[in-house]
Amino acid sequence: MTDNLQLNSEGKLKHFLTIEGLSKTLLTEILDTAESFVGVSDQQIKKVPLLRGKTIVNLFFENSTRTRTTFELAAKRLSADVLSMSIATSSTSKGESLLDTIRNLESMFVDMFVVRHAISGAAHFIAQHTAPHISVINAGDGQHAHPTQAMLDMFTIRQIKKDFAPLRVAIIGDILHSRVARSQIQALNTLGAAEVRVIAPKTLLPAYVETLGVTVSHNLPEGLQDIDVVIMLRLQKERMSSALLPSESEYFKCFGLTESKLKIAKPDAIVMHPGPINRGVEIESKVADGPQSVILKQVSNGIAVRMAIMSMAMQPQGAF
Amino acid sequence: MLDIDHLLNKLEADLRQIIIDRRLTQPLMIGIHTGGVWVAEAMHQRLGINEPLGLLDISFYRDDFSQIGVHPNVKPSQLPHNIEGRDIILIDDVFYTGRTIRAALNEIFDYGRPSRVVLGVLIERDGKQIPITPDCAGERMNLTATQRIKLTGPKPLHFHIENTAGHD
Repeated sequence: MTDNLQLNSEGKLKHFLTIEGLSKTLLTEILDTAESFVGVSDQQIKKVPLLRGKTIVNLFFENSTRTRTTFELAAKRLSADVLSMSIATSSTSKGESLLDTIRNLESMFVDMFVVRHAISGAAHFIAQHTAPHISVINAGDGQHAHPTQAMLDMFTIRQIKKDFAPLRVAIIGDILHSRVARSQIQALNTLGAAEVRVIAPKTLLPAYVETLGVTVSHNLPEGLQDIDVVIMLRLQKERMSSALLPSESEYFKCFGLTESKLKIAKPDAIVMHPGPINRGVEIESKVADGPQSVILKQVSNGIAVRMAIMSMAMQPQGAF
Repeated sequence: MLDIDHLLNKLEADLRQIIIDRRLTQPLMIGIHTGGVWVAEAMHQRLGINEPLGLLDISFYRDDFSQIGVHPNVKPSQLPHNIEGRDIILIDDVFYTGRTIRAALNEIFDYGRPSRVVLGVLIERDGKQIPITPDCAGERMNLTATQRIKLTGPKPLHFHIENTAGHD
């Protein structure tokens, strides 16, 4: 047995909850497997029979468009039966506990839960308490982790830049509240990027952020120097009301990515964003739609990467 | 014991005959990873096929995922863009149970509907489990249930027979 809940006794992926604690070898295996799934989208019939007869339930306790639809498409392309539940509109609102919801779904012979929840640790909690044959994938939990997003970002970076070792990557924006940023930082460090630099106002950085293995800048033009990959984060509008920032326009002036600021980064730098984009708040439209932007490529890659993670977690897990 | 050149010559001659007999028109060639691709590369060159060789990795179409899971290094399949209505020569190194070919046909048909598919293999051994048979083979042979024949390559190509102890 390993003490990592995510791995089975043979060290293979069982649940996918966080990047933390996963080896470079395993992350690379996910990226390699995803590579082979890219071709499925070129087929006339965009389907492979790997997970035929398996049932996957998307449990979305929080809204999402991209993540839910790409998980759903990925499951369908693997020929699984997939059920997408928006829990906000179902039994939970009638007072059913999370565990009761899970127990009921388990009784319907489910093989995998894909979970998005506003509370950090929700997917982890479900993985701990669910029946042993069920796999759990974290599709974003509170401010904790969004590991499949991080992996599709890594996939996109590797597709274009080939090798992580020489890369300097900037993550810009609301690091404090971002589960995406946390997972990206862990993935980039595990895969051996030369530098992960976070660029944000002090109010949007966690205390002791350096301990995550990053360098810090509070100035966008300064921070963009020598950067190969620019990752913008969405600025959640509610941050303004909690007085962490003066105003949207003030934020855009200091930390919004414009064409002229992007010129400070390396000429072949790519621009990424996990979506949804707030045009004119964290990123200028000209940049979001410009030649260096790979934002829509990230979305397409999300399908292949999620196919890889789902099929790896659903592999035969040996005798119980 | 097995002369590779002899097998390749025999397969080439048989394929040429089939192309004539069945009037295959501008056939495409597809090899199955890994050994089948090596054999297909040779046939593709010998038969002077103009269009690039198609490569097929059937890992996602295998019928034993529930026993062995997904292979770590699946090579992306590279099939010609339009196989709709085309004649196809499918090549593998060893024909044994027939399950690989079933998976390969399933995958090919997910890319389009070919007109005809012809199957050529370097070795056809006994032990088929489903009603699929190669159209031509470099050699046909009988082996015991514990024997496995494997092609190593790509240069030089070499066949060797392994004895598995029966623990499968």
